[in-house]
Amino acid sequence: MQDNHNKEGASIGNKTMEIATALIILAFGAIVMWDSNRIGSGWGSDGPESGSFPFYVGLLIVVSAIVTLVNALRSSAEEAGEFVGGEEFKLVLAVLIPSIIYVALIHFIGIYVSSVAFIAIFMVWQGKFSVVKSFAVAIPVNIFLFMMFEIWFKIPLPKGPVEAMFGF
Amino acid sequence: MEELSLLFNGFAIAITPYNIAMMFVGTILGVLIGTLPGLGGANGVAILLPLTFSMEPTSAIIMLSCIYWGALFGGAITSILFNIPGEPWSVATTFDGFPLAQKGSPGEALTAAFTSSFIGAFFAVLVITFLAPMVAKFALKFGPAEFFAVQLLTFCSFVGMSKEPPFKTIAAMMIGFALASVGMDSVTGQLRLTFGSEEMMRGFDFLIAVIGLFGLGEILMTMEEGLAFKGTEAKINARVVFQTWAKLPQYWATSLRSSLIGCWMGITPGGATPASFMAYGIAKKFAKNPEGFGKGELEGIIAPETAAHAAGTSALLPMLTLGIPGSPTAAVLLGGLLIWGLQPGPLLFVEKADFVWGLIASMYLGNLAGLIVVLTTVPYFAAILKIPFSIIAPVILVICAIGSYTVANAEFDMILMLIFGVIGYVFKKLSYPLAPMVLALVLGKMAEGSFRQALLSSQGDLSIFWSNGLVGGISGLAILLLISPLLAKLWSLAKGGNKAAA
Amino acid sequence: MAISMKSAFGKTLVGVMGAGLVASVSTSALAAWEPEKQVEFVVPAGTGGGADQMARLMQGIIVKHNLMKQSLVVVNKSGGAGAEGFLSVKNAKGDPYKIIITLSNLFTTPLATGVPFNWKDMTPVAMLALDQFILWVNAEKPYKTAKEYIDAAKAAGPGKMKMGGTGSKQEDQILTAGLEKATGTKFSYIPYKGGGEVAVQLVGNHVDSTVNNPAEAVAQWRAGSLRALCVFDDTRMPYKAKVTPTQSWNDIPTCKEAGVPTDYVMLRGIFMAPGVSADQVTYFVEVFKKMMATPEWKEYMEKGAFQQTFMSGKEFADWLGKAEALHKQLMSEAGFLAK
Repeated sequence: MQDNHNKEGASIGNKTMEIATALIILAFGAIVMWDSNRIGSGWGSDGPESGSFPFYVGLLIVVSAIVTLVNALRSSAEEAGEFVGGEEFKLVLAVLIPSIIYVALIHFIGIYVSSVAFIAIFMVWQGKFSVVKSFAVAIPVNIFLFMMFEIWFKIPLPKGPVEAMFGF
Repeated sequence: MEELSLLFNGFAIAITPYNIAMMFVGTILGVLIGTLPGLGGANGVAILLPLTFSMEPTSAIIMLSCIYWGALFGGAITSILFNIPGEPWSVATTFDGFPLAQKGSPGEALTAAFTSSFIGAFFAVLVITFLAPMVAKFALKFGPAEFFAVQLLTFCSFVGMSKEPPFKTIAAMMIGFALASVGMDSVTGQLRLTFGSEEMMRGFDFLIAVIGLFGLGEILMTMEEGLAFKGTEAKINARVVFQTWAKLPQYWATSLRSSLIGCWMGITPGGATPASFMAYGIAKKFAKNPEGFGKGELEGIIAPETAAHAAGTSALLPMLTLGIPGSPTAAVLLGGLLIWGLQPGPLLFVEKADFVWGLIASMYLGNLAGLIVVLTTVPYFAAILKIPFSIIAPVILVICAIGSYTVANAEFDMILMLIFGVIGYVFKKLSYPLAPMVLALVLGKMAEGSFRQALLSSQGDLSIFWSNGLVGGISGLAILLLISPLLAKLWSLAKGGNKAAA
Repeated sequence: MAISMKSAFGKTLVGVMGAGLVASVSTSALAAWEPEKQVEFVVPAGTGGGADQMARLMQGIIVKHNLMKQSLVVVNKSGGAGAEGFLSVKNAKGDPYKIIITLSNLFTTPLATGVPFNWKDMTPVAMLALDQFILWVNAEKPYKTAKEYIDAAKAAGPGKMKMGGTGSKQEDQILTAGLEKATGTKFSYIPYKGGGEVAVQLVGNHVDSTVNNPAEAVAQWRAGSLRALCVFDDTRMPYKAKVTPTQSWNDIPTCKEAGVPTDYVMLRGIFMAPGVSADQVTYFVEVFKKMMATPEWKEYMEKGAFQQTFMSGKEFADWLGKAEALHKQLMSEAGFLAK
């Protein structure tokens, strides 16, 4: 990754990210330990109980997260460098946020219509293709997927009102 | 050589124009199914099973088994092109297949993967043809303790290979184990780590994690590198197949070793996915330049693909001779046999010799058909990388979404896939290794289950893990592999020390 | 992808795939209601198991004999010991396009895990068959009768004999608990993933006995590696054709005859979502009646030595009520209820 310190836009430091990640992992390990302890993490009469394997796994997660956390706290922000620059972060979000919207849409309007919209909009917005060209890619791709899943393999994927109009 | 005459008889049964047509139909469908993540061979065969109901059993099983071979071949395609494993056993193929394709040699990577698949399958079919009765007896020796030893061996052959910080490696691996234990505890039937959520009861499927971590994670990484909207400059022509073939013979030892690992894991039955990881790990341990692994080493494609296909193929042996499926797909095929009124088991070879040998003959032919089909597609698939990223990225995302949905027909899994994508991106940037996490997710449930099954049968006595030669031998080998890098280091230190002294 | 509609292979492909789509008009409509789109057939278990097998067989027979105008699509929802599948039907109130095949996890899963569903949350359609259980031992072992084996288990002491079975706190373990209660023995129960695996573990002497269904162990039985001691039902199985060189299913004594008074059968039945109309239920009952008259179904029943009992309506509901009470009692006595 190039050094983008001088570029404008808020960047996220590696140190911050390391600490945040270690804390999340720490919390994750603690939750695992807590729930495993609840269902029994001892050594029963015939081997370990349901919770004992995840309990020790959780313990190891907590320990390694603490070590990572301490290492991160002791490192200097300068040396750790930058996790992601502002510009790059925008690009990452440019794909991540549409993806989240896309998955959310699937629930309401089905996967095929959402996919047509997602592919076409992404192509127009990020690839600067013409609207016609974008739909010329998005629609055939989805017709192919529809044929394959719904018609040939008979695997029902999430469908919405548009498919219902055609009797699916 | 009684087997040979039976086999030729089998070829006579299998080679009818109709059956050969079925082989090609089967492999093409299989490649398609294998290419799409989430839609595995087991699903594909299960879906088509009722439709083959009115066919003659031999033709039907030829077509269904060819779907399976096709899926075994096809799993590698998206692994290599997009870093999304089409099938669980092609995860290890992404480690070197994707970097090699990114370096501009997707054709070479695909050819190596397909050819290795074929070699693994061919080896396994030879084993099935000539060693079936003997091998079936070997499989009977495997109880829970032996299974645990095998899983330990898989694990030990793979760990100790990451360059990432040790505590991050441990954290990643343990997160994998923790995720593997979510859902139903197979030994007590208790729900754990589900926090009352209905969605969590299903547990975390390995494939969804992998589609997110590798597939979406990779897209996020690529986006960050400044919208690489140029296609990869891939040199594509049909000759790449022959050029790659010329390079393959030098890796004969890796191929042979991986074939053996694959057959063993398919027969016992350990499964194709652990086989591919074990073969990759061991290939790296034996390689001349282990540093090249993970950066596009040809050997790193050959090893897992050979082992996976050998395991997938030999998994049919315990199905035919014992009635136990060596893989999920074999389980579905087993159901098919029962529906057609065939009883898999020790008597099948005697009572339905025509059927069995017809099937075995079709394994040779079906895999050959599969190889021809996939090799002809190499230039087309390699050309996909020339398509601009702004077209291919949303299409990949759509495939990721469909793939994670089809694993368990659950919309929630698509959300999980997004979460795993973010985790994959963050972990990669902070050098938490993903491979140990994925391996732990695959092996965690199996290993914990076998461990506790073994202890149930010994009433809590740990000595069951070294109670006989077989389990002791495998466990010993596992420990040896685990400490081998340490020993090698000590050895080189001692040698280096001597030189320095001299 | 290289699927060309023009090629010969393509044609065959379309033929095979299209078979499911062909909406033939040969079936005479008896019921007033008929599905207008494809029906989802939920299997609350993984691909390849007994329930999955039966569902796909039914799908195959229905396609082959054109018993339904719309297609039936099998969907596996196995999460949480089948809870996922049952919940999806429970939550599809009034939706006639979803049917589910059940196994014993209809009763055991809610009791063992506490996941909130009950057979009364769904609409019972029909009982297709009952699956039998047989006590199996390795043929190398000296036990010739169930009594000899139980005596040996008592003599060995509690927990020394190993009973292999499918799943945890499901039919096999509940049956084992029932057997323990009836005979005063104590086994170490070892759960495996599938019935075929259990049978092979018994052949390999990794467990001492199993309570496999007939279909799961028949191959090993015919090969002479296993011995059938008794069947857990109050009457013998009716199939008199020789399966092994010397024995038919009918030759296996009931456990009661053998001095081990335990019986248990497993439901293979069909349910629909709650709140569907009587017409809709009748439609499926008629389809299944026709399906059960086909030679393929009969052959499958005989191969797997199923108890062929068909029930629907009130009779079926009464049976379900009794079966639920039995499971509750067995499971609470064995300490399998969710904490």
